[in-house]
Amino acid sequence: MVRDITIGQYYPAKSVVHRLDPRVKLVSTLLYLISLFLFRSISGYLIATVFLVTVIRISRVPFSFIVRGLKPVILLLMITVLFNLFLTRSGDVLFHAWIITVTEGGLVTAVYMAVRLIYLIIGSSLMTFTTTPNELTDGIEALLHPLNKIRVPVHEVAMMMSIALRFIPILLEETDKIMKAQIARGADFESGNIIQRAKSMIPILVPLFVSAFRRANDLAMAMEARCYRGGEGRTKMKPLHYKHRDYTAYITVVVYVAAVFIIGRYLPLHVWIF
Amino acid sequence: MDMVQTEKLVFEYEKRDEEGNVIGMSRAIDEVDIDVKEGQFIAILGHNGSGKSTLAKHINAILVPTEGTMWVNGRNTSDPEELWNVRQSAGMVFQNPDNQIIGTVVEEDVGFGPENLGVPTDEIWQRVEDSLRSVGMIEYRHHSPNKLSGGQKQRVAIAGVVAMEPKCIVLDEPTAMLDPLGRKEVLKTVQKLREQKKVTVILITHYMEEVVDADKIYVMDHGHVVMEGTPREIFSRVDELKSYRLDVPQATLLADELKKRGLKIPDGILKREELVEVLCQLN
Repeated sequence: MVRDITIGQYYPAKSVVHRLDPRVKLVSTLLYLISLFLFRSISGYLIATVFLVTVIRISRVPFSFIVRGLKPVILLLMITVLFNLFLTRSGDVLFHAWIITVTEGGLVTAVYMAVRLIYLIIGSSLMTFTTTPNELTDGIEALLHPLNKIRVPVHEVAMMMSIALRFIPILLEETDKIMKAQIARGADFESGNIIQRAKSMIPILVPLFVSAFRRANDLAMAMEARCYRGGEGRTKMKPLHYKHRDYTAYITVVVYVAAVFIIGRYLPLHVWIF
Repeated sequence: MDMVQTEKLVFEYEKRDEEGNVIGMSRAIDEVDIDVKEGQFIAILGHNGSGKSTLAKHINAILVPTEGTMWVNGRNTSDPEELWNVRQSAGMVFQNPDNQIIGTVVEEDVGFGPENLGVPTDEIWQRVEDSLRSVGMIEYRHHSPNKLSGGQKQRVAIAGVVAMEPKCIVLDEPTAMLDPLGRKEVLKTVQKLREQKKVTVILITHYMEEVVDADKIYVMDHGHVVMEGTPREIFSRVDELKSYRLDVPQATLLADELKKRGLKIPDGILKREELVEVLCQLN
């Protein structure tokens, strides 16, 4: 089950998008997410679609891989769509039976909302597909650096993130091992209702936590032994430098946001309510 | 010059009962004197709980002595001012390969130490490349450490220490969690480093086969140094070693048994080849 989740995974490929500075990708993703809420018309959706498809094309991440990332959120999507479909009352009534009423406005809102959510997920997962976890934490650290002045431990938070990322596969493997060991001793994780199943997880969680703490202790010692003393006086093996293409990317994104904002709001294609 | 020197080193820790109340003090290390010269290969042997790992942690100033003093490269480890100098001159490799790799990519992990020391970026790259080459892991530089074998992980950990350019490397049971193949890999790497970089090596272990090439061996038991000398001297005292619950190398054991049965075999046979030679010349 854990292996199905592609959100947050890195897809290795050689593309311009992969080579961009992580800061550019973080800021652009944020701008893109905001831009999705700046328009209410079909023209805006058209521009957003063209932009997203172009970026996916350039990034060389296969479309099927991206779609797979949507699987875990299908339920959430369905709920949103259904709520919008049945609870919005505006425009002509398209369908009416018993207490269920579907209006034109409801249908439009539901479709728009679904598209918006899907774009939101694809947009943000495209960032993680094209950025290694390390670049990501470096990017976050660099972007949040100004917060250091108000005593936010930015470096420490970034370090914690990258250590967490390093230990996820190790702990997964360990969980698997503990699970097998418990099964070998007759533990049953499959049957029973949800409460019984949750209870049967305890013999997995306890040893997992114990071992995680032990690992944390060892790792802290190893880090100290290698002279780790926080972010001060530390140099970087891979410092971030903006290159020509990074500025181009910034400009492109800003132009896109402006276009979506202006065209999506004021162009006469604005036919539906919303 | 003395690389590592201790004088009546004592380390005590509080013994606690199950509720966490202090019920007394326990001495992990009791008046230990050791003396390691620059460039030497020193082995510290001992059974579980003999205090050998505790001693190793003193060399890196992860622990500081309760009594007595420890000098590393002429610096007192109890002096907080010298802490980072001590840690830089004595690098440490730990037992569990998974729990000492910080980076998510091999080369980034090796760069971690130099980054902490504030080494300029260009030099970090140089050092990373050099040290990965010296442990023979250069072709894995872009790999994730999770996909490496135990022996390879341990070699990356060694490279991480080498990149900090220490004068002395302390290896705390580096092979305890490895399979025989990985063990060989790691030992070969250590051997190569000694020849190429002339670093002082302090190897803590309970595998006898690993220490036959050492310049000097310390045997520890219950916090004391109970035996010290060259491998030949140490391994000629088979019965004494056994009393400290330590094994001797197979060749040494066989030579000892044969001698007890009346064959004329000299003391302190360490390697199989030596034994073969001696046996062939008997007739």
